[in-house]
Amino acid sequence: MKKRKILIVDDELSVRKSLEEWFLEDGFAVETAEDGNAALAKMHAGPYDIIIVDLKMPGMDGITLQKRVREIDQNAAIVILTAYASVETAVEALKLGAFDYVTKPVDPDDLSNLVRNALRQKELEEENVRLKEKVTELAPATPILGASPEMQHVLEMVRTVAETDSTVVIHGESGTGKELIARAVHAQSKRRFFPIVAVNSGSIPESLLESELFGHEKGAFTGAHYRRKGKIELAHGGTLFLDEIGDISPKMQVDLLRVLETKRFTRLGGSQEITSDFRLVCATNKNLEELVAAGTFREDLYYRINVFSVLVPPLRERREDVQPLVKHFVEKYARAMGKPVKDVSPEAQALLLDYRWPGNVRELENAIERAMVVGRQPQIVPDDLPFHLEQPAGELTARSMAGMEKEHIERVLREMDGNISRSAKVLGIDRATLYNKLKKYGIRR
Amino acid sequence: MSVGRAIYTAYLNGYAPRWADALEDGVAEAFPNPVRRIEVELDLEAAFAAERQQYHSTLLLAGLLRHLPDPGSKIVGLTSVDLFIPVLTFVFGQAQLDGSGAVISTHRLHTDYYGLPPDEGILLERSIKEAVHELGHAFGLVHCADYRCVMHAATYVEDVDLKDAALCPVCRAAVD
Repeated sequence: MKKRKILIVDDELSVRKSLEEWFLEDGFAVETAEDGNAALAKMHAGPYDIIIVDLKMPGMDGITLQKRVREIDQNAAIVILTAYASVETAVEALKLGAFDYVTKPVDPDDLSNLVRNALRQKELEEENVRLKEKVTELAPATPILGASPEMQHVLEMVRTVAETDSTVVIHGESGTGKELIARAVHAQSKRRFFPIVAVNSGSIPESLLESELFGHEKGAFTGAHYRRKGKIELAHGGTLFLDEIGDISPKMQVDLLRVLETKRFTRLGGSQEITSDFRLVCATNKNLEELVAAGTFREDLYYRINVFSVLVPPLRERREDVQPLVKHFVEKYARAMGKPVKDVSPEAQALLLDYRWPGNVRELENAIERAMVVGRQPQIVPDDLPFHLEQPAGELTARSMAGMEKEHIERVLREMDGNISRSAKVLGIDRATLYNKLKKYGIRR
Repeated sequence: MSVGRAIYTAYLNGYAPRWADALEDGVAEAFPNPVRRIEVELDLEAAFAAERQQYHSTLLLAGLLRHLPDPGSKIVGLTSVDLFIPVLTFVFGQAQLDGSGAVISTHRLHTDYYGLPPDEGILLERSIKEAVHELGHAFGLVHCADYRCVMHAATYVEDVDLKDAALCPVCRAAVD
């Protein structure tokens, strides 16, 4: 079993030595430091489970050291040790997150209990993190609903490619559920007992993406206090899902190509070569071929990743999926919100079927969630849906801007129970303007 | 381990409990080494801390190690004075982890220290456990999670009473 690490910081040699011996006999790995600076230097060498800090030391005192330690390590249990106890310093130390505060000389039993409790708390915190990760892993995957022939074809492709170890590129508009498809590929592959590690390349700045993917060694850059494994390393044995692959920089494209070809890489600031056995699944809402033609996406990388491609069709091209999706989201949010909403009225259903859904399944889910929030009936009715759904796609009725504005104001007022301030806020105008418009259109609250 | 190398029980500054033979038998049962008795004179005054009315065990242990009869052997000093290390209020004993020696005090092992009638049998039992425990550290053993093992940490005398005088099979295997 891994030894727990303790750092003892005290300017008195006899205290350092006696505590060191005490904890060595208890089976700890023990380090000592004679002052705050020496302690901080040791902190950079690796995390400690418990840090025992003398309050009064020449130079940096224990409270200052505690603050500095917290900047480096949030998790170590800090115990303040002092020969001169005062309520003020004890309160300050505890407020700053010290685990406990004890006076010298300490009763051996108190010291043993203190350390045992600190470790127990630390173990519980670590267990909590592990369990959360496990729960996320074990949580049933979101079902992919799609009875349409288009989605059935996609699912068939997923089944076919999942068994192989080939790289998969998932194409599709925003909101079509590309990540769900990637997770389905992983879940049906032989790698399913290992992690799937997702990285949204589009949402992370290039400088961070590099360390996110490859990890870094301690001191690789300002703020790199510890060695950190990158997502590629974490995906060892499993699947690496790179979303928005079309958005990565030219430099990252080169680095990624090298890793895909060799399965080897080094952490930032490191020299040790690391091997990671992962399967790459990536997704994009862009046309990679066009990007290659425009010179913004490397051709060699394109051919390296484009082994098998899956196109997730937009929702407007598979309207028969709308109804089961609506049913699924109504049930989901009724459960989550504790609302007795069972279904959707035929009128609202017609609106949902007519709409073009430019934001795809994500937009549909948001529309249902919103309807569940504002709805007051056991069914979702047209009034609960975002107003733009009432205008079926492709049907341009001859209505004036004024008519549209009047209708919109009436709807918002209804939703806000006639409250002028809230309605004005939603409409993005001030109260006086809203009053003028009510008067102009003859709208009654 | 140095099987065959002697373990010396060293009675400090004329300390001569009547149960010394029984203590040596107890130590001999725990370790396969021959156990021999010696008497040692140390400068107790140099280790005395007047403000605490206690003796600094680290200084006593350092003095004791100068009397180690032969390199590779182990020595455990026995005294009746109250021992401390600077950061703690008291210690029952102290050892060099994976070293040559240890020192124990019977001061807080007496039943009458806790207001109970004197009981030499209990004192002997506790002394054997403490001597074996500290010698275990000198043999490189750290505290054991098994509450019956003599290497289980004991900060109160009740903890000492709860455990056995013997090493658990895991600790015993580590020493052998």
